[in-house]
Amino acid sequence: MGKITDRLKEGKILVSDGAWGTFLHAKGLKPGQCPELWNIEHAEEVYDIAKSYIEAGADMVETNSFGGSSFKLVHYGLAQRASELNEAAAVISRKAAGDKFVLGSVGPTGKILMMGEVTPEEIYESFKEQVIALEKGGVDAIIIETMTDLDEARLAVRAAKENTTREVICTMTFEKTVDGEFRSMMGVSPTEMMTELLPEGVDIIGANCGNGIEGMIQIVKEIRSCNSVIPVLVHANAGMPVYNDGATLFPETPEQTAGFVQAIIDAGVNIIGGCCGTTPDHIRQIGRVVREL
Amino acid sequence: MEEILEKLAYCVEFGKINLASPYPPDMRGQDGADELTKKALEMGVPPTEVLNKGLVIGMGKVGVKFRENKVFVPQVLMSAKAMSFGMAHLKPFFNDGSVVRKGKIIIGTVEGDLHDIGKNLVAMMVEGSGWEVIDLGTDVNAGKFVAAVQANPGAVVCLSALLTTTMVNMEKIGKAVKEAVPGTIVAIGGAPVNQDFSNKIGMDVYAPDPQGLIDYLGNLN
Repeated sequence: MGKITDRLKEGKILVSDGAWGTFLHAKGLKPGQCPELWNIEHAEEVYDIAKSYIEAGADMVETNSFGGSSFKLVHYGLAQRASELNEAAAVISRKAAGDKFVLGSVGPTGKILMMGEVTPEEIYESFKEQVIALEKGGVDAIIIETMTDLDEARLAVRAAKENTTREVICTMTFEKTVDGEFRSMMGVSPTEMMTELLPEGVDIIGANCGNGIEGMIQIVKEIRSCNSVIPVLVHANAGMPVYNDGATLFPETPEQTAGFVQAIIDAGVNIIGGCCGTTPDHIRQIGRVVREL
Repeated sequence: MEEILEKLAYCVEFGKINLASPYPPDMRGQDGADELTKKALEMGVPPTEVLNKGLVIGMGKVGVKFRENKVFVPQVLMSAKAMSFGMAHLKPFFNDGSVVRKGKIIIGTVEGDLHDIGKNLVAMMVEGSGWEVIDLGTDVNAGKFVAAVQANPGAVVCLSALLTTTMVNMEKIGKAVKEAVPGTIVAIGGAPVNQDFSNKIGMDVYAPDPQGLIDYLGNLN
């Protein structure tokens, strides 16, 4: 199947998948239940999500392992099963993906390193366990996502580079400040992300989550102003959630998302997908615009 | 006396914990909030003044800078840590009633949600504004909030959520609290929450940032 970066060298824009968390909840995952446990107990539903993105035309699909670090699983008493749950996640998406790429999802631990509540070594070991299991289950790349802290992101990247042979993607989550710049919760700018993470050997870099695809355009421009070569991936939310009749909805329609695809490609993105609130329809619409280029 | 309180406020504002702390680099080798609080008390500064004219002033400046995106979570955490070292010296005065705080809040992340970074930030900053904080932790159900309000009459209840799937539990919990103890003020906050949502579920206040809650609480007294 080769590498994602090789495919990009052919000059193609690739389409990634959409939301997992909100999709799982739509399928009946209850707040307070462990999403990764579904890889064992509701494997067919997890498979269905992965398959629906492949059928929507995605060139790559993630795994249901965002909260699969032992630091997250411990909240559910499942830390001991981290390897099993991550490997299962990879196996499911691998089966659904066919000849498409599988990205092994790695999210933040929820621990703040600078507070000294955990050591860098403990964080590294947790990521190491997760990425080894994802590779064993058959992923093509590791995607470290929704990062806000450079130190944690760096440890995750190192764990993936040093313990797997897979390509490593890293995306951080930025919000717009009152001054109109983008910063992560921990104060990291896209420029700082580039300066600090490129030397770690990240293969693909980018941004995910946030307030919608429109804001991602400015982030991609800032990333591109730092480096014109490295592949850039964006997974944008379908806007900011709105509340209606006891449920929250993400307001950006597939057509609205698609309306920004040309602009974000012009800004220099290479891979486009969705985050919270996006659906197979969003991916289908993004793919439509990409193929029309 | 004024001078040491000003220094103390400065240490909290810039996150200078104690003499040994290397952060911030330009204050290396200087006393931090820890030593200055102790010294101020030894000099005979009334503990209430140490709190309200020293620690609280420093934390208030951080709250405003955080709201204006002039500082981010790491700086707030350092300030909160500096604050907590100062507060440790004031604990005996809280316990014997010689320092009276502005009021009490009960805070927790709602049922089904395990995220605590935002909730902890708010808890630390509200405490740093001179309020007593009862932190119920994460994944807190209506029953636990109700029990806490019944045990602490008049306390303001603060609900946190990070997920769109758990913010809906704020309505259930807020209503249960108001039904059990009528007149209880319920505040909500968290990334997916906004004023419109707060209005729809009938809560008393939405704050987009910790300082917003602190300002609201300040106007209650």
